[in-house]
Amino acid sequence: MVSGPGSMSGTSSSEARDAPRIGLFVTCLVDFFRPSVGFAAVRLLEQAGCAVEVPAAQTCCGQPAYNSGDRADSKAIARDVIAAFEGFDYVVAPSGSCAGMLSHHYPELFADEPEWERRARDLARRSFELVAFLVDVRGMQAVADAAYAGRVTYHDGCSGLRELKVKRQPRALLSSVAGLELTELPGAEVCCGFGGTFCVKYPEISNRMVEEKAADIVGTGADTLLAGDLGCLLNMAGKLKRQGAPVRVRHVAEVLAGMTDTPAIGDTPEP
Amino acid sequence: MQPTSHAFVENAHRALNDAQLHAALGHMKAGFQDKRAATIARMPEFEDLRDQGRAIKNHTLAHLDAYLERFEAKVTETGGRVHWAPTPAEARDAILKICQAAGARTVTKGKSMIAEEIALNEHLAANGIEPIETDLGEYIIQLRGELPSHIIAPAIHLVKEQVAESFYAHHTELDPKRPLDDARALTDEARAMLRQRFLAADVGITGANFLIAETGSTVIVTNEGNGDLTQNLPRIHIVIASIEKVVPTLEDSATILRLLARSATGQEYSAYTTFSTGPKRPGDLDGPDEFHVVILDNGRSALLGTPAQETLRCIRCGACMNHCPIYASVGGHAYGWVIPGPIGAAINPGLIGLEEAGHLPNASTFCGRCESVCPMRIPLPSIMRHWRERQHERKLSPGTVRAGLGLWAWAARRPRLYRFGTRLAAALLGRLGRRRGRLKRLPLAGGWTDWRDLPAPEGRTFQQHWAARRSGAGR
Repeated sequence: MVSGPGSMSGTSSSEARDAPRIGLFVTCLVDFFRPSVGFAAVRLLEQAGCAVEVPAAQTCCGQPAYNSGDRADSKAIARDVIAAFEGFDYVVAPSGSCAGMLSHHYPELFADEPEWERRARDLARRSFELVAFLVDVRGMQAVADAAYAGRVTYHDGCSGLRELKVKRQPRALLSSVAGLELTELPGAEVCCGFGGTFCVKYPEISNRMVEEKAADIVGTGADTLLAGDLGCLLNMAGKLKRQGAPVRVRHVAEVLAGMTDTPAIGDTPEP
Repeated sequence: MQPTSHAFVENAHRALNDAQLHAALGHMKAGFQDKRAATIARMPEFEDLRDQGRAIKNHTLAHLDAYLERFEAKVTETGGRVHWAPTPAEARDAILKICQAAGARTVTKGKSMIAEEIALNEHLAANGIEPIETDLGEYIIQLRGELPSHIIAPAIHLVKEQVAESFYAHHTELDPKRPLDDARALTDEARAMLRQRFLAADVGITGANFLIAETGSTVIVTNEGNGDLTQNLPRIHIVIASIEKVVPTLEDSATILRLLARSATGQEYSAYTTFSTGPKRPGDLDGPDEFHVVILDNGRSALLGTPAQETLRCIRCGACMNHCPIYASVGGHAYGWVIPGPIGAAINPGLIGLEEAGHLPNASTFCGRCESVCPMRIPLPSIMRHWRERQHERKLSPGTVRAGLGLWAWAARRPRLYRFGTRLAAALLGRLGRRRGRLKRLPLAGGWTDWRDLPAPEGRTFQQHWAARRSGAGR
């Protein structure tokens, strides 16, 4: 059997042989904006006893096309993703939105193509959001050695929350981070206004939504905002930084992996 | 009514800059969301009830013709009359004819979104018949010459100071110095003004929450009792409803009623739930002499058999808009037609056309909160996506957007090329934002940077780092 998180420090050959093979779905935003989130995901998965691989043939899950009504392109991209991630025990993404696309929407996309639907369902069955995977599948109950001195609040990304029921898992792991104090965010389940292309198609409405979100965040008195989706994080960080609010913004994986030496999202690097 | 949904962006801009509207919409969380959550927390079977409600409506929609015909037969049997109206014009004419035959001068009206849909008030007024709205919210907006901005709280876009202004301006027979600074005073005044109108009306028109095929009954729910006065005092009662309001049995309506008020206002039941079956019978103490039901289609039957059919399960509770962050930002008028919010975005393209209503299903982040509270489990985001797909197919979305998307999708299917492009762009943007860690301005990205900073990329892509690590040449 695979090694549990309790014995995750060991990397003996037998454990490495039994470790589940994970295909990391990096996500286009992490790849482009914040590779450190990807490395945090790799570290967490390795701590949970997994062997992580990153297929080079991945680009994006196709949501921009799917949510713009471009079904043909969404299916074409989905076929590439399905093919690239065939054979892995699990496919894990540091994003509820992308994981939701793989696990909920790909099978819908191929409802009229039985062979691809079968392959899509097979991928869907193996696909998980990172933190939910660590807790629900790998049984992780506490982080390995992360510490974070700060008062943290957490925003629940919509797809992770409502499609994948990611809610208690990040809180459970955050509660094990030494020095971290979690303050719940009022309206944590309300959308931040990102919504993929929505934020640039209807920027004025998106702005109102993220303004309200920023006010709630600042109102908690927290010095750090965490979430599990980089789209939401870029949006909220962008607004907080524009307002000059003294809140650091990070992906939850960075804190859980103890990788917080990089500047926070949108923050000025230390000289 | 004439839709202005095509001008959604301008409507929204106006709404976002309206401080009074912002203040009024700020009451929605405590007024609706918290109350709904508290009621549902006390009802362990709520999720099962949602399944039952969905099953009842799905069954009914699968046999809609049969249940509508059964409803008509029962109405006829109990001495009433059903009028079929494929279009708004036919519905308006049917109602006008009944009013004219009765020599009506004034008509009282209970709240009805279908009456709004067919622009009934304008039609009656143009024909010399005065329509009087008796629901408090509808009464207020009628005085102000406005349209409802919410399906169960038509005046939710107003603060009470605006209501007081309207009462001072219209109730000129009252003391201009009277105090109208609290909700109680406003309600009392509206009640006093309406009492005479109830007694004088020749015809009463109400909507219907349900049409019950088994008995030929119509059902309304209200909290003010105005519906009962509207339908019981005048000689003639006209019910206006759309085809999807029919349910097979009394039992079915009871099941869905358990969902309705809880989802809408967080009440277990609304103050009044009134069943009407036919005109007054010999020996009845009250009730109308004539009972008419006007049943409107207006494009709904064309949605049957399409993904948008699921919108016909809607029971008009308003939960989707009460929980929608877009609705909370722009209010109901911005949507530009009778039904605002997520259900409007899902159904209006089917009723007024995708050319007119195209913005509505696009103005959503697909956050899914609407679907999560819909008592009828209508998959609202999926239906909005369905309309986006029809827009894409029909090339109704902007050409630049389609071209940009096409180019992006083309690149996304070529991982090597994609990696090359993202490497260059990440390096460039990373360099531009290196000093501050973010960009204040970026050409062609004004949709983002006009409103918020763009956090700068770290500079190298994950794939770059990973390839380097794999080849042992770095991290």
